[in-house]
Amino acid sequence: MAQNNGVIEHNLAGIPASARKAFLTRAFGSEEFAAKAAQLRRENPARPVIYVGAGTCGLAAGAAKTLEAVRKYLKDNGLDADVLEVGCIGYCAAEPLLDVQLPGQARLSFQRAAGDVTPALLDSVFKDKAPLKDHVLGQFEDGGKKWPKVPLFSEHPFFSKQLRYVLKHVGIVDPLSIQEHIARGGYGAFLKVIHTMTPAQACDAVEASGLRGRGGGGFPTGKKWKIALSSDADQKYIICNADEGDPGAFMDRSVIEGDPHRVLEGIAIGAYAIHASKAYIYIRAEYPLAIKNLKKAIAEAKAYGLLGENVYGSGFDLDVIIKMGAGAFVCGEETALMNSIEGRRGMPKPRPPYPAVKGLFGKPTVINNVETFANVPEIMSQGPAAFAAIGTKGSKGTKVFALSGKVNRTGLVEIPMGTTLREIVFDIGGGIENGLAFKAVQIGGPSGGCIPQSHMDIQVDYESLKTVGAMMGSGGLVVMDEKTCMVDVAKFFMDFIKKESCGKCIPCREGTLRMLEILKAITRHRRGEKDADALARFSGIINLENLSQVIRETSLCGLGQTAPNPVLSTLRWFRDEYEAHIFERKCPAGACTEMLEFTIDADKCKGCTLCAKGCPTQAIVGKPKVPHYIIAEKCISCGSCRTVCKFKAVNAA
Amino acid sequence: MKLIVNGQTVEAQAGETLLTVLKREGINVPTLCHMEGMLPSGACRICVVEVEGQNNLIPSCSFPAAEGMKIQTNSPRVINARKTVVELLLGSHPDDCLYCAKQPTCDLNRLSRDYGVTSRRFPVAKKKKPLDISSPSISRDPDKCILCGKCVRVCEEVQSVACIDFVKRGSDSFIGCAFDSSLNVSSCVNCGQCINVCPTGALMEKSDIQTVTEAMADKNKYVVVQHAPSISVSLAEEFGLAAGTDVNGVMTAAFRKMGFKAVFDTSFAADLTIMEEASELAHRIKTGGVLPMMTSCSPGWIKFVETFYPELLPNLSTCKSPQQMLGAMIKTYYAKNQGLNPGKLFSVSVMPCTAKKFEVTRPEMGREGNPDIDAVLTTRELAQMLRIHGIDLKTLSPEEPDMPFGDRSTAGKLFGASGGVMEAALRTAHFLLTGKELGALKVEAVRGQAGIKEARLKIGALEVGVAAVSGLGNARKLAEEIKNGRKDLHFIEVMTCPGGCINGGGQPFARNKAAIVERMRALYTIDATEKLRTSHGNKAVQSLYKDFLGKPLGEKSHHLLHTKYTKRKASDVA
Repeated sequence: MAQNNGVIEHNLAGIPASARKAFLTRAFGSEEFAAKAAQLRRENPARPVIYVGAGTCGLAAGAAKTLEAVRKYLKDNGLDADVLEVGCIGYCAAEPLLDVQLPGQARLSFQRAAGDVTPALLDSVFKDKAPLKDHVLGQFEDGGKKWPKVPLFSEHPFFSKQLRYVLKHVGIVDPLSIQEHIARGGYGAFLKVIHTMTPAQACDAVEASGLRGRGGGGFPTGKKWKIALSSDADQKYIICNADEGDPGAFMDRSVIEGDPHRVLEGIAIGAYAIHASKAYIYIRAEYPLAIKNLKKAIAEAKAYGLLGENVYGSGFDLDVIIKMGAGAFVCGEETALMNSIEGRRGMPKPRPPYPAVKGLFGKPTVINNVETFANVPEIMSQGPAAFAAIGTKGSKGTKVFALSGKVNRTGLVEIPMGTTLREIVFDIGGGIENGLAFKAVQIGGPSGGCIPQSHMDIQVDYESLKTVGAMMGSGGLVVMDEKTCMVDVAKFFMDFIKKESCGKCIPCREGTLRMLEILKAITRHRRGEKDADALARFSGIINLENLSQVIRETSLCGLGQTAPNPVLSTLRWFRDEYEAHIFERKCPAGACTEMLEFTIDADKCKGCTLCAKGCPTQAIVGKPKVPHYIIAEKCISCGSCRTVCKFKAVNAA
Repeated sequence: MKLIVNGQTVEAQAGETLLTVLKREGINVPTLCHMEGMLPSGACRICVVEVEGQNNLIPSCSFPAAEGMKIQTNSPRVINARKTVVELLLGSHPDDCLYCAKQPTCDLNRLSRDYGVTSRRFPVAKKKKPLDISSPSISRDPDKCILCGKCVRVCEEVQSVACIDFVKRGSDSFIGCAFDSSLNVSSCVNCGQCINVCPTGALMEKSDIQTVTEAMADKNKYVVVQHAPSISVSLAEEFGLAAGTDVNGVMTAAFRKMGFKAVFDTSFAADLTIMEEASELAHRIKTGGVLPMMTSCSPGWIKFVETFYPELLPNLSTCKSPQQMLGAMIKTYYAKNQGLNPGKLFSVSVMPCTAKKFEVTRPEMGREGNPDIDAVLTTRELAQMLRIHGIDLKTLSPEEPDMPFGDRSTAGKLFGASGGVMEAALRTAHFLLTGKELGALKVEAVRGQAGIKEARLKIGALEVGVAAVSGLGNARKLAEEIKNGRKDLHFIEVMTCPGGCINGGGQPFARNKAAIVERMRALYTIDATEKLRTSHGNKAVQSLYKDFLGKPLGEKSHHLLHTKYTKRKASDVA
């Protein structure tokens, strides 16, 4: 509202009058921007606005059909409305999301708005004026008259404990409109920095805010910038790492899709702070929508004079280049990423020299990830102290997590540092699906670890997570229920790491292959196992911890050094599950189907022959209409009989 | 600055890596991927040491020394890590060391012995990639590859050929050509530098011992041999003698003992090459021909130009290499003189070079379907043949080579070191152009190990600019300059291998760079101590012209001693 105009005023307060005039005129047509900006923010739209959550997740849930249905509805009913494709507001479990804002009324949000229900939803707003209860998610707090009997969006349990700082505009604004971004205060912080601060002051401000890298390691951002600033070179680079590769992580994608200008502004401020005139955004080609939005954003920022040469008379030049990666996990590692930008194979290099001293093309380079950069404009606008007031002693600000797995409300959540895992999983996430019991939460991706029930009250910050063998990572949070086998989880991550190892250093290349083999042997059935295999299996188990240690201590890059973490952390908290697999030859969770003994309950079996027909090893015998029998020696425990049985006659134990 | 290594204080300079410091202190830290004089790659992790205050073990090859650092190089943690890394490698390495030609010099074998690996800790994970024996020069066994990456680096960073790289990821990765094609349809120039850096038996020369042995046993074949200038100063290392020992005389004796009917010195043909090449240079200068002229003795360089710089083909001297000149002389002049049917003559050459194996297969290198050279052996293969024949060099007395291709000048001998062709050519060109000898004969500026050596000197009234480059990466730099219009050079010598033939892809595996320097020094010593020091002073060469060839660049020379080049694509079959 007026507060937004205030932010614009506040940001531009100290900049030269000529720059202020040029910028405001370019953005709003005149220096008198208040009315135009309010209009761009759709504070009181003249006609209805319909928003469809059309991020990648929304599209996957059917947002394209929703959009189609919306357009058809408007045409059929002769209605005049703006239709906007916005990013994902975060509540992925409820997608597709459809918002409707009528002139003078609060913005309404509907969940599960598939194409076929869309006409009914729009009818309920446009015709009945009584939003469909089953689908209504809530209404926004500001923006006009409230709808009766509709809860506030901010009071929804998924949102009430969140603090949306980085995600402030994601899912709310039109990501492709630079004007709307500017109307909400965007690029003001950037102009303020380049006109009123020296690079050193900018570094100081970021350091004072306590911002730490959101990509995994948590290195203080301001400190990193300072090292690069103090490295003398004719050319420096700043790189935005958007090579998000953890299984189950989609924070960066959502931020770029939903608010690309915020990321660009953060990069631009960083570039100024270290004297870089060239910025690269390294993004995986699997993110086509994010790339499309970024390209548009860069083109617009150039057109608005915010990128390019001598930005608004400040003397600062910046060129931003998008570099698409082929999606190798290891390219998230800084030196491998730089190799990839240089046109080489994505393989890491030894450090030191550190990138801030000798990085891309041998020049000082700062690499931060998307979320880190997205924090910067707000820090510069509101001041470091405001940022530092959020969070815990060592970890300031908020963190975005991609909450997934066996939890009721999956999606993108942003919480202040210091929130407990229990709050995230049970309050925000709504607990475990299907009434099952909670077992563990995997945090930090393949480099992270699993945290058990007993440590759910741990506060989310960089240091606390390390005490339980996990790490912040980039923000993947995978919830596991009682039916999840922790050895199987370790095996999954090991398989991932084995496939994603670049192959350069020996411990990671060969060691992860061996660790995976050992885990596979543990979870395999033992029928017909030869003596030599049994011996190999046991020697593998004996080797597992030593191997983990050597891989961790000797690998070249972070990928290898943290590769054993999934095994070490599950061994630490769920050793009994490993022992059950090894000594009792049982998978307590029942997830390792290979280890199960399948039998047919003769009382329940009707002799329908379905199981026998589907058995890949012809292990099931029996005549039609007579109970069947499984020959244990032939059975490979694939479980297909249990799947096809209509009488629940197949037991597995 | 001061460091504490295993409890003892040692000195170090800023900017030094731990590996350098430890080596100086006599602590031999094992490495598998480290390459002298190149940036550390940090791939093998064998060189790890324990540094107080660091959570992880530290690779000594890439970590800089710092004041007060406390280092343990032999703690149980370090030894366990190194041994585990070796065991991991052995887990996916074939067990056939008994049948591996690299066995005595295999680094993996040595490390496994040193660290007491006595059994297989990890079950076999065979890669089962097929052998690549498509190249006439190099054979590759991907199963023996430990992916240290040295071949990739030498091919790209030193030779700027970059015909091989890592393919696929993680434990699936292997070293391959583009599109996983075989080596013979790649941009490989056959230099064999990859073989010299390979720590295991994954890369070896394509052996021709069998072919030669069979020819020698064939009563219908008359087998003669020639040996390149650098062989006599490098062969000794294969038999445990000091690098740089010259075994020319006993080697000649050994050839005869093995049964070669005649032993010729390729250095004679080097003198012949100089007569042709210096005349060609003088001719180009006088008639305004294409300059700078570039030497053509090094077959890897020739393929490099044909593949990467076809626009410079007119700059290449049309002279055949000494090997091919002598090959042509043997099958024509010598055969005629001896009354031999050239088809019965089997001509073997011993070369420091794997690319020579490729050169002899070029269709233009022979006549009427009969190649001028029938088989090429590398220095290493020669050593192996000597072992097969049970010949002990130490018991032999030196012998003289056979005429008419036995006498040589020291100028011809200098061909074995980078800059040698240049020096020999300048001596003769000076004489041809001015009628006078070139001062003290020695041209210091083109001597030594530097990759690019340039000089300007006066030949009569003419000031000529010359350059001697070795290593194709350096050649590429100069080629780019020429392409971009550099005009001050008249003559450029290019050797494919860094340092020249003494460091060829077929030479004994040198223990360090100092061994290469010793080989070079041995050639300079020969030049400093003998009397016949110019190619034009070689009487045997003069009488060859008188009896048979006529004059340099004459009709016969043109047919027998000169050749032509063609543009080629990387994918053309080599």
